[in-house]
Amino acid sequence: MAAIEILGLEKTYMVGFWRKRPKRALQPLHLTVEDGEIFGFLGPNGAGKTTTLKMLMGLVSPTAGTARILGKDWTDPEVKAQIGFLPEQPYFYDYLTAHELLDYYGQLSGVPAKDRKNRVEEVLQRVGLTDIKGIQLRKFSKGMLQRAGIAQAILHSPKLVFLDEPMSGLDPLGRRDVRDLILQLQQEGKTVFFSTHILSDAEALCDRVAIINKGELRGVGAVEELTKSVQGKVEVVWQGTQVPASMKALSAEFHVTGETVRTVISENQQDAAIDVLRRERLRLISIIPLRTSLESYFVEKLQHSQTTAGTSA
Amino acid sequence: MNARIAHIASNTFREAVRDRVLYNLIAFAVLISAAAIFIGQISIEIERLVVINLGLTAVSLFGMVIAIFVGIGLVSKEIEKRTLYTVLSRPVRRWEFIVGKFFGLAGTLVVNTFFMALGVFGALFYVAHRFSGADSSIFIALYFIILQFLIICALALLFSSFSSPLLSAVFAFSLFIIGSFADDLRGFATLAHGLTHWVATGAAYLVPNFSALNVISAVAHQQPISWQLVLQNTLYTLFYTAMALSGAVLVFDRRDLK
Ligand SMILES: Nc1ncnc2c1ncn2[C@@H]1O[C@H](COP(=O)(O)OP(=O)(O)O)[C@@H](O)[C@H]1O
Ligand SMILES: [Mg+2]
Repeated sequence: MAAIEILGLEKTYMVGFWRKRPKRALQPLHLTVEDGEIFGFLGPNGAGKTTTLKMLMGLVSPTAGTARILGKDWTDPEVKAQIGFLPEQPYFYDYLTAHELLDYYGQLSGVPAKDRKNRVEEVLQRVGLTDIKGIQLRKFSKGMLQRAGIAQAILHSPKLVFLDEPMSGLDPLGRRDVRDLILQLQQEGKTVFFSTHILSDAEALCDRVAIINKGELRGVGAVEELTKSVQGKVEVVWQGTQVPASMKALSAEFHVTGETVRTVISENQQDAAIDVLRRERLRLISIIPLRTSLESYFVEKLQHSQTTAGTSA
Repeated sequence: MNARIAHIASNTFREAVRDRVLYNLIAFAVLISAAAIFIGQISIEIERLVVINLGLTAVSLFGMVIAIFVGIGLVSKEIEKRTLYTVLSRPVRRWEFIVGKFFGLAGTLVVNTFFMALGVFGALFYVAHRFSGADSSIFIALYFIILQFLIICALALLFSSFSSPLLSAVFAFSLFIIGSFADDLRGFATLAHGLTHWVATGAAYLVPNFSALNVISAVAHQQPISWQLVLQNTLYTLFYTAMALSGAVLVFDRRDLK
C-alpha cells in the first residue's frame, strides 16, 4: 500500500488586496510515496513545498485534485490520528510549558490519559529537550521550538510523519540529531515525508526524492538513480555571449549570464567542444566534471526549468 | 460536548488566566469598594437602588470589554500566530475548534462574573447591612448579563472570521450599543412607513435584543421578573448564539490558513 498518493493536487492563490489576481503556487502534482520510505521533497524557496504540505494537512484547500493518505481519503478524520506534522518554523501556545503543550496535543490526538504522561516524557527525551520543566514556550530559542515541534509530530506514534524543513533553525549538532531521529523513525516502520532545500540532508537520508521548482515537479526517483544520470557529464564555461552553431549539436541548453556562457555536455564530447571554441576563437574559462551528487542533478533540473521559463516568457 | 471541544475550551480558559484577563477583577474590586464607601456616606434610603444599578452595570461593562477584546482574538490570533497548524492537523474538525474556543471564553466570563457578583453582594451588604428576599432577583439579572456575554462572544467570533480585529471590535461594540436600544428601534420601526419601515424592522430584529436582557433597573426597583422572560431570553440567546457561531464556522471552514 502506498502511504501517500497525491492525485493532481494544485493550488492557485488569489493575491492582492483589492483586485485579486490568481497566483499559481502548485501545478497539478502527481506523486506516490511508498510505505516505510523516507521521502525527500526538494526545491528552492518558493517552489511550492509548504503549499503541498498544507494542502495534505487540510490547512489550505486545493484548487483541484485529491489525495489518499494511508489508503484512505485524506479528509477522513481517522487519517489525522495516524499522521504527525511539523510545520515550517513552528510556533506554539507560548503561555504553556512544553509538558503542558504536549499533554494538550496528546488529548487532541486521542492519546489515552494513562499513557500521556509517559509519552510526553519519552518524546521530550527523544528530541533532547530535557531539564525544561516549568519553562514557558515563550522563553524557548528557535532551536528548542524546532525540537518541541518534532516532539509534537511524533507524540502520538503516528504511522506517517510530515516534516516541513525539519533541519531549519538547528545548529550542526541539532541537525545530526534530527537526521538520526528520522532514520530511527524509519526503523520503527514509519513513513517520513520531509521537505527541504538542503540537498545534503536529502542525500544522506532519503530513499527517494522529488524535485520541485516553481510549483512544478521536475523529477522523482531513488537518489542513486538520479545521481547516476549526471555521471560522465562536464560543465563547460566560456567567455562571450553567443553560442556557436556547431556547439548546439553537443548540448540543447545554454545559459548566458553576463559575459559568460555555460552548458553541460557529456564527458566524451569534451574534446569536440574545445575544438569548436578554439575554431571560433572563444576563450574557454573552465571545464569541470559535474559532481555525481544530488546537488548536480538538482542544479541541472533547476537550470532546465529556468531556461524553459525564460524561452516561454 | 465531545472531549476535544472540552479540551480546547479548557486550554482557552487557561490561556485567558495566564494572559491575566482576570486581573480586571482588581480594578472592579477597587471600583465597587470605593462606590460602596461613597454611597454609604451620602445617601439614605436609596443605597440599595444605587449599589445594584451601579454594580450590575459595571459587571456588564467589564464583561463586555473582555468578551469583545478576547473574543475577536480567539481564532484570528491563532491564525496569525500559526498555532492552529498543529491543532487542525490533528483529528480536530474546524467547527469543534470554534465551539471549543467559544466555550472557553464563555467559561472565563462566567468565572469572572462570579467574582464580580461577590463584589456586588459585598457592597450591598456594606450599605444595607442585610439582604432581603427581593435581592435574589439579582441572580436573574446576572444570568441575563451572562447571556449577553455569550451573544457578544459569538458575534465577535463571527466578525473576526472575516474582518480585521479592529473592525471586528468596532462591529461588536456597535451591536452592543444598538442592541441595548433594540426596544426603541422596534418601536421606531412600527411607527415608520415605506422603505424606512422595512429597513428599521429588519435591523431591529437582526441586532441582538439586549433591551430584553437588561433587567438591572427593574431589579434595583424590586420589580418582579417573570419566569416567562427567563425562558424567552434563554431560548433567544441559544438561537442567536447558535446562528452567529454557525456563521463563523461557515466562513472559517472555507478559509485557507496563511
Ligand atoms: N498564502 C499565500 N498567498 C499567496 N501566495 C502564496 C501564499 N503562500 C505561498 N504563496 C506563494 O506560493 C509559492 C510557493 O510557496 P511555498 O509553498 O511556501 O514554497 P516553499 O515552501 O517551497 O518555499 C510562492 O511563490 C509563494 O509566494
Ligand atoms: Mg516552505
